[in-house]
Amino acid sequence: MNSNSGYNGLFDPMLAPGRTLDFAQQGLSNKTVGNPFSEKAKMSVRNLNVYYDNKQAIHDVSLDIKRNEVMAMIGPSGCGKSTFLRCLNRMNDTLDNCRVEGEVTLDEHNIYDRKQDVVPLRARVGIVFQKPNPFPKSIYENVAYGPKVHGLVSRRAQLDEIVEDSLRKASLWDEVKDRLFSPGTGLSGGQQQRLCIARTIAVSPEVILMDEPCSALDPIATARIEELMAELSQNFTIAIVTHSMQQAARVSNRTAYFHMGRLIEVNDTRRVFTNPEHELTEAYITGRFG
Amino acid sequence: MERHISQRFDSDLEALKSQVLEMGGVVEQQIIDSVKAIESVNRTLAEHVLSVEDDVDRREVLLDENCTMILACRQPAASDLRMVLSVTKMTRDLERMGDEAQKIAQMAIALSDDGAAPGGYESIRHMGALVQKMVNSVLDAFARFDADKALDVARADTQVDREYQTAMREIVTYMMEDPRSIGREMNIIWALRSIERIGDHARNIAEHIIYLVKGYDVRHTSVHEIEKRLNKS
Repeated sequence: MNSNSGYNGLFDPMLAPGRTLDFAQQGLSNKTVGNPFSEKAKMSVRNLNVYYDNKQAIHDVSLDIKRNEVMAMIGPSGCGKSTFLRCLNRMNDTLDNCRVEGEVTLDEHNIYDRKQDVVPLRARVGIVFQKPNPFPKSIYENVAYGPKVHGLVSRRAQLDEIVEDSLRKASLWDEVKDRLFSPGTGLSGGQQQRLCIARTIAVSPEVILMDEPCSALDPIATARIEELMAELSQNFTIAIVTHSMQQAARVSNRTAYFHMGRLIEVNDTRRVFTNPEHELTEAYITGRFG
Repeated sequence: MERHISQRFDSDLEALKSQVLEMGGVVEQQIIDSVKAIESVNRTLAEHVLSVEDDVDRREVLLDENCTMILACRQPAASDLRMVLSVTKMTRDLERMGDEAQKIAQMAIALSDDGAAPGGYESIRHMGALVQKMVNSVLDAFARFDADKALDVARADTQVDREYQTAMREIVTYMMEDPRSIGREMNIIWALRSIERIGDHARNIAEHIIYLVKGYDVRHTSVHEIEKRLNKS
């Protein structure tokens, strides 16, 4: 192998496929390469460690998510990216065996502070899951539920306005405006996912977390959601976990690569997909292990 | 680094690499033959150079097709993406080198028909040798993914450009001494011009290799700047 070569991936006979795992596990450090920090942080994570019982899932991760950016998190299965995402609105609190250490701030307030009520936190930091999960209620009620529960409205007209606005922002209004009182579960998969996004938007969050929002959708529905993310990022900060690297490349401004619970690299998405800094990032996005 | 999980992707990329090297080999031979044909006034050899052109064109089209397939089917990223992009650009430069060799061969035929020019052959031989070495080295740099070796090729191009200026001055003196030789000396000038262009294409390929290996786009930058960039990494 040529020592000065950054491109030496193809034809080294010394490297047999069996060595893949060794390589992926070798010398992992907790130091992240690239630019994980920002002065314009909406959310800041410092020295985050997460344990499920005695097993450590996240090792000392520090990262800033900038205001109005789309931050993509990629990495092989089990690398901790979803765990990390769920720490951002304390979804992990619902798991008894999960322990979180470190600091996560939203506008410089620690969300793991004892006094922090998680209900308003989750209104400020909304989440969209992999599988669309509308409530077994009408389309209207699905969107209206959040604002009603959080006491954001006093009059019906105001609620109508929020429902329409949220459905419009989620690019669903035109498709459902004539059947707002039909069940949300009657919509197609892609429509249901956009309904869930509308439901999230309805409570005026500041950050939207998306955990593989398109993995259950067809390419057309996926394209719609991706279009939507670009529009939403004008008003919201978005963090998305995705298994589709092309999706990360298309929708995000910055990309974070996780590997075995460590944050390996954070860089501008353009850089990550053309000339990543860390060899593990390179190996993952070129399909050399997974 | 490791092999791809998809072995077919590995073999697609390996095939791409060997096809470039094979095409490079054909073009390199074309260049050697065309320079030899002009030096030794060998019309048969010059005609042989012309006959190879179709083969070079076919190889260019095939390589482009293969790159298109890889882009469409594999959506390569990072070094794989740079590899495919570089190959599409390199084949274009190789094909144009072939065109220049063809022009040299045409000048060789013209000179064999009109009689030899009074001077300039030494420059053809000298610059021809320099450029042949560049082409050989740049293909070697690609085979080894060696950015330093590619940088050497970029350096050599500066020398070829200097030699070209010197040769022009020399040929102008021949023309002034004997204006009847102007037509034949013009053929020498066209051949030298083509040799110099081959050097430029070799440099382009060297730049594509640096992009492929290091990820830096070093087009339109001086050798000095490229050196600085590579030393930093």
